[in-house]
Amino acid sequence: MKVDVVYFAWVRERIGLPREQVDTAAATVADLVTELRAREDRYDVAFADLTAIRVAVDQELTTFEASLDGVREVAFFPPMTGG
Amino acid sequence: MRIVVQAEPFDYGAECARFAEQDGGVGAIVSFAGVVRSTPEAPVTLMEIEHYPGMTEAALSRIAEEAVQRWQLVDVLVIHRHGALRPGETIMMVATAAAHRAAAFEAADFLMDYLKSRAPFWKKEHGPEGETWVAAKETDEAALDRW
Repeated sequence: MKVDVVYFAWVRERIGLPREQVDTAAATVADLVTELRAREDRYDVAFADLTAIRVAVDQELTTFEASLDGVREVAFFPPMTGG
Repeated sequence: MRIVVQAEPFDYGAECARFAEQDGGVGAIVSFAGVVRSTPEAPVTLMEIEHYPGMTEAALSRIAEEAVQRWQLVDVLVIHRHGALRPGETIMMVATAAAHRAAAFEAADFLMDYLKSRAPFWKKEHGPEGETWVAAKETDEAALDRW
């Protein structure tokens, strides 16, 4: 299935692009991260410490255990700093 | 309830004055503004604010709606900027209107705690020594527990 993957802040900078479409067989967000890390060093580096990364699925905050069933968009970013 | 996400500057005073024009049931209005800070110890020449279009508006609306319900607010306003801001510029504001001041103060405090760690904004500071992403503080996350 095809999923839009978006990156923000230093995650975006380390991976080197803000958004991409990924053809994936991943069942969960964690599986998707494993697939991405295996691709290239820049992904491996960006996802090296998952405690420093938050994830949103279809624009809702969730966890790395979340299912990708029927999902259109997955976002990875550091802890938010609004206000 | 009004939620605004924009790159353009806004007039904090004018927004407060407009927000203060409420019906007779309102007895208390509280407002807060966040400003780009630069000190001799930590000089900032520019702050870049990135956000997640779509999710930002949804997250802000959800946080504001919760505040309205919990404190029976008559009205709430949230304005948050993104893009490049200079020291002294207003980053964002919240304002709350309620029957009594305790509700207005508490709701504004709640809004700020949630905006800090649950609204998808990220700040990067530029200074003489280069640029750094502002890291979230552990105290930001802990602040949510009191609600």
